[in-house]
Amino acid sequence: MHPTKYHKPSSVSDAVAALAGADDGKLLAGGQTLLPTMKQHLAAPSDLVDVRSIDGMSEITVGNGTVTVGAATTHAEVAASAEVRQHIPGLASLAGGIGDPAVRHMGTIGGSLANNDPAADYPAAVLGLGASVITSKREIAADDFFDGMFTTALEDDEIITAVRFPVPEASAYAKFDNPASRYAMAGVFVSRGASGVRVAVTGAGDDGVMRHDGLEAALSSSFTADACDGVEVSADGLLSDIHASAAYRANLVKQMAKTAVAAAG
Amino acid sequence: MSDGIGARVQRVEDKRFLTGKGKYTDDIRMENQAYAAFVRSPHGSARVRGIDASAAMAMEGVVGVLTGPEMKEDGIGDIITGWSITSKDGSPMQCGVWNPMVTELARYVGDAVAIVVADTQDLARIAAEAVVVDYEILPAAVNLVDALKDGAHQVHGNVPGNLIFDWEVGDEAAADEGLAKATHVTELDIVNNRLSPNAIEPRSAVAIFNEAEDHYTLYSTSQNPHVARLVLSAFYNVAPEHKLRVIAPDVGGGFGSKIYIYPEEIACLWASMKLNRSVKWTAMRTESFMTDAHARDHVTKARMGFDADGKITGFKIDTIANIGAYVSLFATATPTYLYGTLATGTYAIPGVYCNVKAVHTNTAPVDAYRGAGRPEATYLIERMIEVSARQLGMDPAELRRKNFIREFPYQTPVLLQYDSGDFDACLTKAQALADVAGFPARKAEAAARGKLRGLGYSTFIEACGLAPSAAAGSLGSAVGLWESAEVRVNPVGTIEILTGCHSHGQGHATTFCQLAAEKFGVPIENVKLVHGDTDTSQFGMGTYGSRSGPVGMSAVLKALEKVEAKVKKIVAHQLEASEEDIVIENGEASVAGTDKKMAWHEIGLAAYIAHNLPEGMEPGLKETSFFDPVNFSFPSGCFICEVEVDPDTGKTDIIQFVSADDFGVIINPMIVEGQVHGGVTQGIGQALTERVVYDESGQLVTGSYMDYTMPRADDVPSYKVTHSSTPSPTNPLGVKGCGEAGAIGSPPAVINAITDAIGTDDLQMPATPEAVWTALQAAKMPMAAE
Amino acid sequence: MTQVAITVNGKATSRDVPDTTLLSDYLREDLRLTGTHVGCDTSQCGACVVLIDGKAVKACTALAVSLDGSKVTTVEGLANGALHPMQAAFKEHHGLQCGFCTPGMIMSGIDMINRYKAEGRTLDEAAIRHELEGNICRCTGYHNIVKAIGDAAAKM
Repeated sequence: MHPTKYHKPSSVSDAVAALAGADDGKLLAGGQTLLPTMKQHLAAPSDLVDVRSIDGMSEITVGNGTVTVGAATTHAEVAASAEVRQHIPGLASLAGGIGDPAVRHMGTIGGSLANNDPAADYPAAVLGLGASVITSKREIAADDFFDGMFTTALEDDEIITAVRFPVPEASAYAKFDNPASRYAMAGVFVSRGASGVRVAVTGAGDDGVMRHDGLEAALSSSFTADACDGVEVSADGLLSDIHASAAYRANLVKQMAKTAVAAAG
Repeated sequence: MSDGIGARVQRVEDKRFLTGKGKYTDDIRMENQAYAAFVRSPHGSARVRGIDASAAMAMEGVVGVLTGPEMKEDGIGDIITGWSITSKDGSPMQCGVWNPMVTELARYVGDAVAIVVADTQDLARIAAEAVVVDYEILPAAVNLVDALKDGAHQVHGNVPGNLIFDWEVGDEAAADEGLAKATHVTELDIVNNRLSPNAIEPRSAVAIFNEAEDHYTLYSTSQNPHVARLVLSAFYNVAPEHKLRVIAPDVGGGFGSKIYIYPEEIACLWASMKLNRSVKWTAMRTESFMTDAHARDHVTKARMGFDADGKITGFKIDTIANIGAYVSLFATATPTYLYGTLATGTYAIPGVYCNVKAVHTNTAPVDAYRGAGRPEATYLIERMIEVSARQLGMDPAELRRKNFIREFPYQTPVLLQYDSGDFDACLTKAQALADVAGFPARKAEAAARGKLRGLGYSTFIEACGLAPSAAAGSLGSAVGLWESAEVRVNPVGTIEILTGCHSHGQGHATTFCQLAAEKFGVPIENVKLVHGDTDTSQFGMGTYGSRSGPVGMSAVLKALEKVEAKVKKIVAHQLEASEEDIVIENGEASVAGTDKKMAWHEIGLAAYIAHNLPEGMEPGLKETSFFDPVNFSFPSGCFICEVEVDPDTGKTDIIQFVSADDFGVIINPMIVEGQVHGGVTQGIGQALTERVVYDESGQLVTGSYMDYTMPRADDVPSYKVTHSSTPSPTNPLGVKGCGEAGAIGSPPAVINAITDAIGTDDLQMPATPEAVWTALQAAKMPMAAE
Repeated sequence: MTQVAITVNGKATSRDVPDTTLLSDYLREDLRLTGTHVGCDTSQCGACVVLIDGKAVKACTALAVSLDGSKVTTVEGLANGALHPMQAAFKEHHGLQCGFCTPGMIMSGIDMINRYKAEGRTLDEAAIRHELEGNICRCTGYHNIVKAIGDAAAKM
């Protein structure tokens, strides 16, 4: 690793200040992606600002038809949370399937969203539930947050503090793992709630997480697995790599949508 | 005796591993340790026009940057290959020169260009990035088939057409004749996918130069430290053998990949002398993927003929084998004498012919990996027979039975003489354990759930126990493949067994000691294995090719027998009895029919005190032996795999995997079963998940576990393992070797099961979900009208 | 350099380390506890798994400076005179061959049993195999590891 300077602020404002004072600062939230990247010299931030000691960043709160998850909450904490399991079971099961048990003990929701890996799971939940990303500056609607692979609406000195999820009537996530990395080769989050049916797809699109209009339309008419059968999932705009062609990913999107809908009930 | 041959003795070496006290190479740290990192070619094919290390050298803490030309100037030798092959036209093989570090052309991604030594590991890696190399990017020959075509880039100027050799075995006329008279001919195109061995411990080296003694020590992740010392000394000119000690401490898996003496060890030793510092290098996994010898990588066209009765009449094989950018140690033996010679499999085939073209490409060197050549042969034959059964409308087990070899020894038409076996017995035992009779009902039950069930066989044979030295020599090996042993009985009666084999997971510290427990009836706690250090044990050839049992243990047995003979003489003399009446059991020697006896420690003491030995006998109790087998050993067996495929996603679940092996005599069933589990899992990895991919320019696409799919716990089932034994007549223990069978026999069983499930044989390894789904889609497409 | 204080296997430790020091380096190089192994650079092999405040974590993917005040348990800290039940189960069932992945397997095994017990869930074979997603073994084919963890679950 290239040398770096570690900061452990206890408030959002201190964290913002530390970022602002750094030549090339990066936030450290769980480090499960950032640290391997640094080990391979693919990233060499001058400063690391660890957000995990900031008050309130690891809380899960429920109220007003929403579940709010602090940005430094680990995947394991979300997966094990009784509140999340009760109100948004799809979110809990998604969190319980990220990486592996050891990664889930360290990786955080804020880190995952800020990184916006095109095969990460959390972006599908945020987009599929129509959540709001709360930052040090503002609140960003999911539809405005993701901006293509590894890119978000976040500004350089902006820190995610929490994510607010509306509680849906039903939700579920199904993913088909990339056999090697175990990231999503196609992951589909479906939800049915006050704002209708939402279907978000991760791992498959060549520009990161995306909603799927065709599946949303079909499931809006009938929220059943069978309803997906009639939907044409196009391979256009899907990733093609050594693990899966775009055509195969298109098939997986449909299959995972069916699995998710069946699980959501 | 409970600790003897056949006992399920728990491993004596486990405690240190379980408590974190194992000592692996990377655990070793010398005083004032310096660390190495390599500058590696990022291009598959490039000319190095210049190296500017000034920025790196200017960094505080950088000890030195050394390059290939400097190494050559210092007289460090080029990397050798250990086996020369003669082409079918009688010409010797042509292979490119392998400089340990690039002197002019970088020929694969990862080819070492310079070694950077610094005070810390991080700094060495950072400084390596600061070395500026001026590359002229050249065209690359990457694909093995294309590399043989006209106009392909020449990887080495002295190897025209990239063709290293064009070798043959068998009788082409007989094969042609058999095919001509066949009533059915099966044709198959087979790709044997390129693999990366992936021992979980990355390769590592700690090189120590002692200026005062003019002496080197190398700690190395090696399967054969004595061979490493020999080669480093005799060919790479690092130091004469008595000035070089090689220690392979605990080694975290090898599977073949740690047989070879790689550029990094040579460079670290040389750098330790140049810089007068201890130099340590440990591969990052990314480097392992780039530089550990890869495996398999064959493309084959084959034809097998059958008569109306289902008897095989002829078999003809055309294979192209990728050797990579340089010819590694066993690289040429693997696709020839370890491949073509197994072309008959378990079947009596009158006409067999195998042609192999070996080719240089701009990819990492390819060499032996668990099974080495035999998995490629077995996959070919066992796919061929299964596909043929489908085309002939016959039961695949019955077609096999119809063609099994049943008399031993059996001289095959491709050089080997099978020593023993009972293929029917293994097949029958496996079928019972797999409940083949109940398969149709299970298939129907799966179909009701929308899943596709399939069942596949593999009835394989392999040549192990490498190797009879004279035979190996006549086929082109540069070395003899005997093994050595020394047995020391200490004055207090405890026993030390010294071997030239090396244990890196095989449990030798337990199984080798079981031989002494068997022979003398001493408790295994009183026996210790010494190995892995050229200063403490005598020269030996190391561990690979399932040789430690048939060859290494046989050497131990011979030494034990010599000890036994001397013990009998001593005891007979001391107890005034006849040698013939001395019985050794339960750790004591007694005179038959009397109550006269000596305890084992009394015998040891008597030998060393030497006050009362037979006339002319030398004191002490220590014997040495070398064992050179008269033939290979031939483990065989039957694997049956049952899979369930999800037609919606193409995902395969292995529902059941049964193995019925013939390993001859088994020393420790617990350890043998563990070897089967591990080998089968590697074979399942080849069949389902693993492949090394290079792009057209020679970039390695599968450079980490993010892209190279290792089989994980949830990819494989619990295994059902049984045995059916015919002792090998080629060694005194009757053992056959068990390390490779799992990896050799399992890939065809898996693919035969999947293709049975999906109803098409148009499927290559690895059968990833995408590959299976794609095959299913293609099979569903209506055939185009003529 | 930053001073960190970490309790390792019940003993207080403190060192001045570069901020880039990974927990695996802190254990292996600073404390010379070399039982924690490193087998990859992408946090996948799991040879380095330790318990931080009782939870399994990949020591190669955690900065020592971020763990000031934590309690870490490594494979060296399990045996207490006798082998820990998990270690004993690995020995009894031949759950190790070369031993390199073993420390991570043992720590992950303990972690999964602790979690399942706390949640009142059954750790059957399928669950063990799934929970081992982050640990790669090249020698054993997992068969005996799975058996060992299942056996230890009954004894822990």
